[in-house]
This record gives sequence, structure tokens and C-alpha cells, in this order.
Amino acid sequence: MSGGALILLALAIPIGGAILLSAVGRFAHLRNEVSLVTSCGLLAAVAALVPSVMAGDRPSISLFEFAPGLEFAFEVEPLGMLFALLASFLWIVTTIYSIGYLAANGEPHRTRFHICFSLALASVIGIAFAGNMLTLFFFYEALTLCTYPLVAHSGTEAARRGARRYLAILLSTSIMLLLLAILWTWVAVGTLDFRAGGILMGAVSEPVMAVLLVLYVFGAGKAALMPFHGWLPAAMVAPAPVSALLHAVAVVKAGVFTIVKIALYIFGLDAIRDFASGEWLLYVAGATILIASLLALRQDNLKHRLAYSTVSQLSYIVLGVAMANAHAVMGASLHIAMHGFAKITLFFCAGAIYTATRKTNISQLDGIGRRMPITMGAFTIGALALIGLPPFSGAWSKYYLVLGSLDDGAYSVLAVLLVSSLLNALYFLPLIVRAYFPTGGQPLPVAGGITEAPKLQLVAISITALGSVALFAYPQFLFNLLRSLVGM
Amino acid sequence: MIASHLPVLQVALPLIAAPLCVLLRRPTLAWAFATLVSWALLAMSILLLVRVMADGVISYHLGGWAPPFGIEYRLDALNCFVLLVISAIAAVVTPYMRQSVASEIAAPRHNLFYGVYLLALTGLLGIAATGDAFNIYVFMEISSLASYVLIGLGPSRRARAAAFQYLIMGTIGATFLLIGIGLLYMMTGTLNLADLSQRVAEVQDMRPIYAAFAFITVGVLIKLALFPLHIWLPNAYTHAPSAVSAFLAASATKVGAYVLLRFVFTLFGLEFSFERMPLMEILMPLSLIAILVGSGVAIFQHDLKRLFAYSSIGQIGYLGLGISFASTSGLTGAIVHIFNHAMMKGGIFLALGCMMYRTGSVELSALHGLGRRMPFTMAALIIGGLGLVGVPLTSGFVSKWYLVQAALEADLWPVAVLILLGSLVALVYVGRVIEAAYFHPPAAGAPPIRETPLQMLIPTWILLAASLYFGVHTDITVGVAERGAEMLLGIAQ
Repeated sequence: MSGGALILLALAIPIGGAILLSAVGRFAHLRNEVSLVTSCGLLAAVAALVPSVMAGDRPSISLFEFAPGLEFAFEVEPLGMLFALLASFLWIVTTIYSIGYLAANGEPHRTRFHICFSLALASVIGIAFAGNMLTLFFFYEALTLCTYPLVAHSGTEAARRGARRYLAILLSTSIMLLLLAILWTWVAVGTLDFRAGGILMGAVSEPVMAVLLVLYVFGAGKAALMPFHGWLPAAMVAPAPVSALLHAVAVVKAGVFTIVKIALYIFGLDAIRDFASGEWLLYVAGATILIASLLALRQDNLKHRLAYSTVSQLSYIVLGVAMANAHAVMGASLHIAMHGFAKITLFFCAGAIYTATRKTNISQLDGIGRRMPITMGAFTIGALALIGLPPFSGAWSKYYLVLGSLDDGAYSVLAVLLVSSLLNALYFLPLIVRAYFPTGGQPLPVAGGITEAPKLQLVAISITALGSVALFAYPQFLFNLLRSLVGM
Repeated sequence: MIASHLPVLQVALPLIAAPLCVLLRRPTLAWAFATLVSWALLAMSILLLVRVMADGVISYHLGGWAPPFGIEYRLDALNCFVLLVISAIAAVVTPYMRQSVASEIAAPRHNLFYGVYLLALTGLLGIAATGDAFNIYVFMEISSLASYVLIGLGPSRRARAAAFQYLIMGTIGATFLLIGIGLLYMMTGTLNLADLSQRVAEVQDMRPIYAAFAFITVGVLIKLALFPLHIWLPNAYTHAPSAVSAFLAASATKVGAYVLLRFVFTLFGLEFSFERMPLMEILMPLSLIAILVGSGVAIFQHDLKRLFAYSSIGQIGYLGLGISFASTSGLTGAIVHIFNHAMMKGGIFLALGCMMYRTGSVELSALHGLGRRMPFTMAALIIGGLGLVGVPLTSGFVSKWYLVQAALEADLWPVAVLILLGSLVALVYVGRVIEAAYFHPPAAGAPPIRETPLQMLIPTWILLAASLYFGVHTDITVGVAERGAEMLLGIAQ
């Protein structure tokens, strides 16, 4: 099968899955099977593209013309390959997890849930494989719209309010800033293609480039760069699987992915470093890392703490882009995958704790480690990975980011990275300590012995936690995939 | 033989059919006849557009009298496009009417309703087809008078008041137009548009021409319902029968936009309208206010028909804005928005008609729980709403793309920002609709509601499917619009 056909197949599988789901929605059992088969099919289609991309090919296909010289087109390059692989692999795990979670919590509207999930994944694949900025924007907006029903899922007043905030921030940034930047680029340059080395250099003046950088970076509101991060805590009203896959991996990574993509292929790293007055981006990203970590410290609600942690971790990626050297961009790209595995584990655990105990706040979790050993074991792995300790996934990306800051002699950046690791430790470790060594307060009754979450949830948690370890032990594949990106 | 008379048949057919329709006493018969006529009109307009795109302008001399003495029907890319929009809307809305009208209007009046409806159609098609200034006035009166009747037939008593308000405003507009045309005739001695445009150029420094320009512009802006001349529109759309709201929302204001384009660019010319006369300075701020205020007021409405009527005022702002740029991309955006908005707003009002048919209400609170009970109708409503926001892959995005592009090309980035801001305001009212339909449980004890009958659902979906299709495949709509824009600007093809 040719590369282009595979791209279309990867898009068609989740969309077809959604259509099939709406047809068989009435039959609960069939619904689960269709979801599982769809997610496995998607991974197969995406994985089939890997060999040719590794060999240096760029499979592409163009569907139709939106305006003369502006096509609706797809092209797979290493970064998109990484993103698509990550999302489609974790989708399978999340589907397993969701089936357990939705059944155990008696969630309503399950068909709608699975349909929106499939459509969201289709949008993610579209973003990952987009061949130009317009195509990317189409799917970027589609992703916001498909995930809105998932955030508002429960239909309570709180959920509706959260979803409103979610939609308002994401769409206002993308329409007011991103779309404006895209149109400006189109009018000024006459193309929106992704080209190695960028398209802006020489076509627009330096001040315009600087303004465009502001518009693009904040326009990609899904990257949750402060001050446009408010949607992410708001989205925490969603059910746990949504927070796990979409708001720790798919949606937020779509944001930072867009920023990396723009930096590499619209501006070009040289332009970011030398012409677009990009230093402010370092400060904004650094400030977001630190402030979000401090805010995370203050959250008692577990999912909210994780959300602020995500805001902070996403800015590592933006920071890497802002440094715009080979090591830093490598670190940023790696962090998309590394953070994905660790953070999804943590959200899975939060959902498992909720399923088993109905507890949502950290202060209620005294002694939870005895009752849910597997869950808390996985939680510990995820937390250590985010702090950046070996032998867990986050160590590699942090290592490259540190290398990048040393290359530039940017010691302030180095300081931010170190302080934030410390803060990560501060907001994760007390929770873990509390879980295993209850101090004062009211420990959870352990009378029932071990009362873990349903098996399907545990399977999913174990897979992602082990994945976090495996990514540390075998990172070679990722290195090879991303090497061509930064010319290392 | 018939083919060469197509330009006049396009207008004469509904004119002759209207009285015949009144003679058909059985409601179903009258409806079937009107449907057949509307389909024939669609076929004709497609044939005409194909011919014009292939061979260029068609000039048809009524009664064989050569212009400028006789009346000329002059068809180019622009008005063929408008003819197509109107007849396509009619061809979709007419089949829908049977059940919707039956539930809202007493049966003995049905033949009258369809007769008047065909007259309204005649007027709208006539305005688009004719190449004669006085003819434009006559057809505008035909369509307006017919519209007053159609609106007055609405189910609530307030429909009469709304029709009367529209009548007053519409008559003022028509009178202004007539005064303007009279002044032009006084100065040039001709009524043929092509002839006028040449002769006006010779006397364009004379004060009566200035006055004519002002009268005509204001008169047309009332028909177009551009802020602040829009006050007739919300009441008219709210209280008219559902199918009439859909038809008028999709066609009447669009024809107003066409007339504005015709007078400003073809008759007075770019240089006169935008350099001697401050059209840009007047039209642009008014349009921007219309976009923001119209959409802003829509947020606070509880009656969905009124909500989308105010949304129309905002969308008409986009039309005015595109015209005010007087550039290829601006006009392309405006012309393509004529088509796109017709599809979206027509579809939305049809969906509201479906809701009215099943629930008997178009209040926002009546939407609660309908997302599950009437999934297809609600999906249609949401798609239309997202189109109004200008979400990618809907045709609304295409219009906005060209409008923002025009603003950036003219170095008017604040205007670009305001256009995008308008999308966000639209998002708020569409968001309220989505929330009400999908995330509110139905009121306790609400009677069970079934999905809309197919005969109403299919027309609704045809319009909205078209708005999705043309959001992706833009070559037809944008291609025609671009050609129309270049023709208006006098750019050689």
C-alpha cells in the first residue's frame, strides 16, 4: 500500500469507527469491541508508515485545492510520525481503560463518548500528518469541537461551565491569533507549506516576524502557555479517560506539536534564534514552568494538581523550541512522548482511585498505597518520570534540554530546569509519602484489604507505567526517528 | 428556440404560474404546482450559468426592442450566480413547505399562499435578471409587496404588526430608490444600466448625481437591512411562517446585496463610488458595527428565530464589509458569502421550522433534550450554527478567509481582528444553542417527541450538506465569485 493511501486509511479508520459506533450504539458489548478494533486498526495503519519515514521518505497525498496554491494536503515527517504513534498507541490503552471505567462508574451517554473519542483521534492524526498550516488548522479546530462534548459529558452545571471555559479559551485563541497569523502568512508569503528551514525568512520583515511569532505561539492555545492555560484545569471536569488521553496527551500535545512544527517549518530555527526576537518566549515558557508548578503545589484536588503539572511540563517543550538549538529541539520532541506516557499513567491512577474509593482530593488519600498497591506503584513510576529521574522516561528529554541550555550557555534556563525538577518533587513526593506512610489525619480504612480498581483499568495502568520504563531503556528508536529533524 | 428565451422565462414562468396557482383550490395541488415551477426555475438557472461561464454575457432584448430603448435582460457571471442561489433555495424550500405551511396556516388560504410566494420569487428573480434600472424598482416592489403578505400570514397576531413595520420601512426604501433612479433619468435620459453607466460618467460632477447616489444607496441598504437600517428584519423573520423565514432569510437580503453591487460598481463605477463618494468610510464602520452588535444582540435572545434573525444582521455586515473593501478578495468574499450564508441560514431556519412542527415552540428552553429526540434536526441546526461561526470545513470559513485576506491586503489589520472577533461573538450564541440541545435534560413530564418527517428533514439537510460541501470544494463557488468580482472591478479577464 502506498504511503498516501496509508495516510488516508489512518484518517478513515477512526472516522469509520465513529460511524459504525453510531450504528451499533445500542448494543453495549458490540460498542466496546468496535472501539477496540478501531483503535488497533489505527495503530496498525500508523505503524505501517514507520519504515518509509525512517528511511527518509516523506509519504504525502493531496486531496483538493482550497484556494489556488493552497491544498488540503498531508505529508508525514518524523515529528508527526512520533505524535501519531504516541496518540494511536495510547488510544488502545485508553480504550481498555475506558471500558472498565465507564462500566464501573455507570457513566451515561457511552456511545456519544466513544464516538467523540474516535473523532478526536481522527483529528489528532490529521494534525500529525498535515502537510501545510491550513490543513493543520482544520484539524486543530476539529479537535477542539470533538472534545467539547467529552468535557461537558456529565451534563451537570459544573461540567457545562467547565466546557464553556474550555471552548471559549481554545477557540478564541485559535480564531483571534492563530487564524490571523495563518492568514497574514498567506497574504505575505503566498504559501502555507511546511518547508524545512521555514517559509518566512526573506518574505517578511523582522518586526512582522516577531509579531507573527507571538500570534502563532499564543494562538496554539492547546499548548497552555500562560496566560492562556485556564482551559486545562477547567477541562478536568471530564471523566478520567478523557483527562488521561486527551488532556494529558492528544489535545495538549497537539498544541505543543503545532508550536514545534511552526518553529521548524514556518519560521525555521535560525529565524527563531536570530530574527524573530524570540527571547521573550524563553521567559514566558520559563515563567509558565515555575508558576504552574507553584500553583500545582496549592491544589488539593488530585486531577487539578496533575493539570497544573501538565501546564508546567508542556512549557518544557516550548522552552526547547525557544532555545532553538539541535539538542534543545531534540529534548522538546522527546518530551512529547516521554511526558505523554508518564502523565497518562498518573491520570489513569487518579481515575482508578476515584473508581475504587470515590476520593478526589489528595488530603483524603492517607494510606491509599496499602489498599491499591498496583495503582500507587504505577503512580510512583509516573511521578518519578516527570521529576526526571532515571530509570524512567522523563530523564532523557530533560537530559537533552539541559544539554541544549549548556550549548547556548543559557544558565538561567538551566536554573529553571533544575528548580522546576525540585518543584515537581515537592508536589508529587508528599502525596506518595502520604499514600504509604499515613501521618495523622484519617487513614482510609484498610479493613477490606486490597480493593483495587477493575482489572481492565489496572491492565491499562500497568502498560503505560511499564512503557515509561521501557522508553528509558530503549530510546534508540525515538532518537533515530527524530535525528533527521534537527540534523544531528 | 426556448433556450434563447431562457433569460426572460426565468422571470415570466413564476409570474404566470402565480395566478394559476391561486386557481388551484386544493392545497396539495397548489403546493405540487409551485414545487414543479421552482424545480423548472432551478434547471433554467443552471443552464444559464453554464452558458454564461462558457460564452460570456447574454443580452436578451425584451420584445425584440434593442436597448437602450427597449428593456434588456443582461446576464453575466454575477447575476447568473444570484439567480442560481435564489432558485436553488426555492427548489429546496418549496417541497418542504407542504407540511410546515399546513401546520401554521389555515387550509383555505394555501392556494393564496403559494400564489403570493411565486410572486415573491418572480420579484427576486426579476431584480437579478434585468438590466434596466426602473425594472429593478418594479421587481423590488413586487417582491416586497409579496413578502409583506407572506410575513403577515404568520401564525401569531404579531405577524401582522411585523409585516406592517416591514411595509413602512420597505416603502421608504423603495421610494428612495425610485427618487434616485428618477434623478439619474433626469440627468441622462436613459434607464438601461449599461447605457446609464456610460452617461453618468459624463455628468458625474453634477450635484443631482451625488443625490441620486445617496438616495439609491440608502434605499438599497434598507432592503439589505444593514445596520442601522435593519429594524424591520428581526420582527419579520421572527413572526413569519417558518418556511417563509427560511426563504426570505436565504434570498431577500442577498438580492439586496446584489443590487448594491450592481449600482455601486456597474452603474456609478469604482472611482465615483469610492473616491468622489465616501462609500468605504461609511460602509465599513457600519458593517463592522453590524457584525459585532447584530451578533452581540443575538446572544441575549430566547426566541431562536429572533436569535438567528439578529445573527443575520451580523452576517449582512460581512456582506457590506466585503463590498466596502472594493478589492478582488473583498468582493469575492462578499459574493461567495451571498451563496454560503443563503445555504447556512436557509438550512438553520428550515431546521427551526422542523422544531416548530414537532414541538410547537422555538424557544431556547424548548431545545432541552432535543439532541437525543430529534438527532438529525439538531445536528443540522448545529452544523448551520458552526458555519455562522466560520469553523473550518464549513462554507462560512471560506467567506471569512477571503474577507480577512482582503483586510490584510488593504493593511487594515484592526478590521481583520474585528472580523475574527465577530466569529467569537457568533460562537457564544451558537454555543448556547448547542448546550441547550445536548447538555440539558428535557423538562420533567415533557411529551415524547419524534424526529421530523423526511419531507422536511431532507430539504434541511440538502442546504446544510451544501454548506459543508462548498466549505471544502471551493472551486465552483469561489471561481464564479472571483469572476464576478473581477468583472465588477473592471479587471480584464
